[in-house]
Amino acid sequence: MGYKERMSGNEAVAFAMKQVNPDVMPAFPITPSTELPQFVSNYIANGQMDTEFIPVESEHSSMSAAIGAEAAGARTMTATSSCGLAFMWEVLYVAASNRLPIAMAVVNRALSGPININAEHSDSMGARDSGWIQIYAETNQEAYDNFLQAYRIAEHPDVMLPIMICQDGFITSHAVQNIELIEDEPVKAFVGEYKPEHYLLNPDERMSIGPYANSPYCMEAKRAQAQGMINAKQVILDVAEEFSKISGRKYGLYEGYRLEDADYALVAIGSACGVIKDVIDELRDKGIKAGLLKVRVFRPFPGDEFAQALKNCKCVAIMDRAESYSSQGGPLGSELMAAMYRNGVTAKTIDMIYGLNGRDVTFDMIQGVYEDLMRIEKEGLKPSDHYRYLGLRDAQKR
Amino acid sequence: MGNGLVEIRWHGRGGQGAKTAALLLADVAFSVGKYVQGFPEYGPERMGAPITAYDRISDREIRVHSNIYYPDYVVVVDETLLHSIDVTGGLKKEGAILINTPKTPDEIRPLLRGYEGKVYTLDARRISEEALGKYFPNMPLLAGIVKVSGVMDTWVFYSEMEKSLKHKFAKKPEVFDGNMRAIRTALEEVR
Repeated sequence: MGYKERMSGNEAVAFAMKQVNPDVMPAFPITPSTELPQFVSNYIANGQMDTEFIPVESEHSSMSAAIGAEAAGARTMTATSSCGLAFMWEVLYVAASNRLPIAMAVVNRALSGPININAEHSDSMGARDSGWIQIYAETNQEAYDNFLQAYRIAEHPDVMLPIMICQDGFITSHAVQNIELIEDEPVKAFVGEYKPEHYLLNPDERMSIGPYANSPYCMEAKRAQAQGMINAKQVILDVAEEFSKISGRKYGLYEGYRLEDADYALVAIGSACGVIKDVIDELRDKGIKAGLLKVRVFRPFPGDEFAQALKNCKCVAIMDRAESYSSQGGPLGSELMAAMYRNGVTAKTIDMIYGLNGRDVTFDMIQGVYEDLMRIEKEGLKPSDHYRYLGLRDAQKR
Repeated sequence: MGNGLVEIRWHGRGGQGAKTAALLLADVAFSVGKYVQGFPEYGPERMGAPITAYDRISDREIRVHSNIYYPDYVVVVDETLLHSIDVTGGLKKEGAILINTPKTPDEIRPLLRGYEGKVYTLDARRISEEALGKYFPNMPLLAGIVKVSGVMDTWVFYSEMEKSLKHKFAKKPEVFDGNMRAIRTALEEVR
């Protein structure tokens, strides 16, 4: 079915890009996603891809060019990180509201300041309300698999929305690990050709894209866009099911690791889930019922599914790799706790900010979080538990 | 080294190829069927600044992504780092350290802050300059750490490197020969 290789996360996504071979890629380099346009340019120079690569002068321009290309009817991709994504902000909304299914590889990195190049989710979390679908990866394998599924989700007629395929900067993007790749033929058959229903370069259907709309019409456009996001949930599941037939790997909206009978659960996104699984195995050997809910899809937010999966837990720690300065916790914490409330899930729940600016996430730290949950079960929640930082150097820890 | 897991930490200076060596080790271990993880720790990248790179080599799938704090082996690409970096920090005493220096292990040991495990040295500068006419310490050190750690049979390592370098330097046979000579000398000289 597949074949074994070893690749960094960036190499893996670039390889997926080569296999999908979209029509256009405008891009501007930024650490740690720079390698993606670099690898793609090499593939093009070597005649292994025929994508039109557009070097631009900024990320605002790369997203603008992507919007133009996708609106013209071309399958389009780009890649970015951190301040590059922030610089796209204005036009991210234009891509989504014009229902342009662009695929963007996001290699997550902190936003300033202090200036820092390492992993954190504040860049894509900041863009969470821009109308893009967001899918996150724990490993190089998942980043590759997710990119292969991207266009099938984004271009689905019930969805028609742009999509971010996210992985953790350096931690997976620059680490070489084992991976299983799929042959070109089944990939191409799975992804298929892009046949847009409406597009600018269609001489038989003249149209205007991105015009002004008056108040009596705008709200309907937004509601229609929201429906695309609502529909995306089922489409993501259907595409994952079909993908399992060519890959043998199953994906859902989330991955539950020893979660079914767990008393103590962590909820996390991205590469930190690996060490969490190692800690869980050790705790389970000691008879402690620990588990993990790994978030794969953040937009649309599968709040009901997450909440239902946590309904039998006694204590839950929601791990946020992004600060939102709400003084209540991070974005995953606020959204998931709202969903738990709506679903009547009453587990004692805390929000833990961790791993900012690439702060290493160790076995001992994660073990400490489970110990906290066991303490909270016995002693109850203290006000200082609700929103905390993991692994801080100084006394602000609690 | 439980669960067939070996963890290696590399200390070098930016531009000396410590990251490349770590990735090459992951590469060659993959080619003999191991689960591997090779990754650098990035700070502000600049020539000459201390950098760290890591390898995990295992018989089982590797899920952890954190840095390595309790390595089985340490490789020091630049001996001037011994004065500024705690290179033996967390290093297991059943493990070993390999240092790029013309000095003997006995001469180096006093600089290792009381490390009790095995100490190996290799004059990677001389080997590289003789074999390649340039200072690329990473190939001799890669050979050295394979031998010291025993992560794979040295002959299997040698023939895998021969295959991969022959492919990589297909158009530069002199570079291929030089690298293979550097590997051979390092395998013989590591002490």
